[in-house]
Amino acid sequence: MLPTIFYIGLSGLLFVIGVCGVLLRRSTLMVFMSIELMLNSANLALVTFANQRQSLDAQIMVFFVITIAAAEVAVGLALLVMIFMRKQTTNIDTMTTLKG
Amino acid sequence: MELVIFVITAIVAIIGAIAMLTSKNAVHSALFLLLNFGAIAVLYLLLQAPFLFAVQLIVYAGAIIVLFLFVVMLLGAERDEEDANPIRWQAPVAIAMAVLLIGEIIWVLVRQSQDSVTRVGSSNSDFGSPAQIAQALFTTHLLPFEVASFVLLTALIGVVVLHQRRN
Repeated sequence: MLPTIFYIGLSGLLFVIGVCGVLLRRSTLMVFMSIELMLNSANLALVTFANQRQSLDAQIMVFFVITIAAAEVAVGLALLVMIFMRKQTTNIDTMTTLKG
Repeated sequence: MELVIFVITAIVAIIGAIAMLTSKNAVHSALFLLLNFGAIAVLYLLLQAPFLFAVQLIVYAGAIIVLFLFVVMLLGAERDEEDANPIRWQAPVAIAMAVLLIGEIIWVLVRQSQDSVTRVGSSNSDFGSPAQIAQALFTTHLLPFEVASFVLLTALIGVVVLHQRRN
C-alpha cells in the first residue's frame, strides 16, 4: 500500500483541473464534463480513505455517488437539449433566465 | 511495483484531465474524459475496490460517456465556443483562484504527512469484494439503496416530462 498522500494529492489535482474547467470553459457540455471530473476525484479520495481505514462504508458511499451522478447526467443533458432547441447555442453566458 | 503502476496511471489520469480541459472539440474532450475515467478505474483496483472498478467502467466509462457523445453529436455542438468570453477578467481570476486552491491542498497535505498516517486494521485479501459490498449494501445500507432507486425513477420521469410535446 502506497502512502495515502499520493492518492489524495492526485485527487486534489484532478479536482482543481475540474474547477478550472467549470470556470474557464463557456460550453455547457464542457462545464458538465468538468463536474463529472470533480465527482470522480472526490470518489477517488473516498476509496483511498476506505482502503486506509479498511472500512467498507466509504466504498458504499462511492457507489451511491455514482448512482446520483448517472441520474444527474441524464436530467442535465435532457435540459441541455431543450435549451439548445430553444436558443441554438450551448454557451453558458446566454442562459441568464430561469424561464425559457 | 505498485508505485510504478500508480505513477503511470496517475500521469495518464492527469494528461486525460488536462487534455479534456484544453481541447477545442467537445467530442475529443469526451474521449479524453473516458481516458481519465479508465485511469481512475485502475486506481480503484490498486485500492482494493474491484466492485467499484467494474461499476466505474460500466456506469461512467460506458453509460455516461456514451450519453455525452450522443448529445454532443445530436446537437452538432462540437465547436460551439468560438466567440470570446464577454467577461474579460474571469479567466485570470479563475486561474489565480485555482493556483491558490492547489497551493492550499499541497500545504494541508504536507502538514498532515508529518503526522504518521498509518493504516487502521489489518489487511485482508477479501476486502472490497462484491460479496462483502452486497452484504453491507443489503443490510446496513438498505434504506439508502431503496432511496437511490426512487432518485433514479424521479430522474427517469423528469426526462420523459421534459421531452414530451406540448400541445
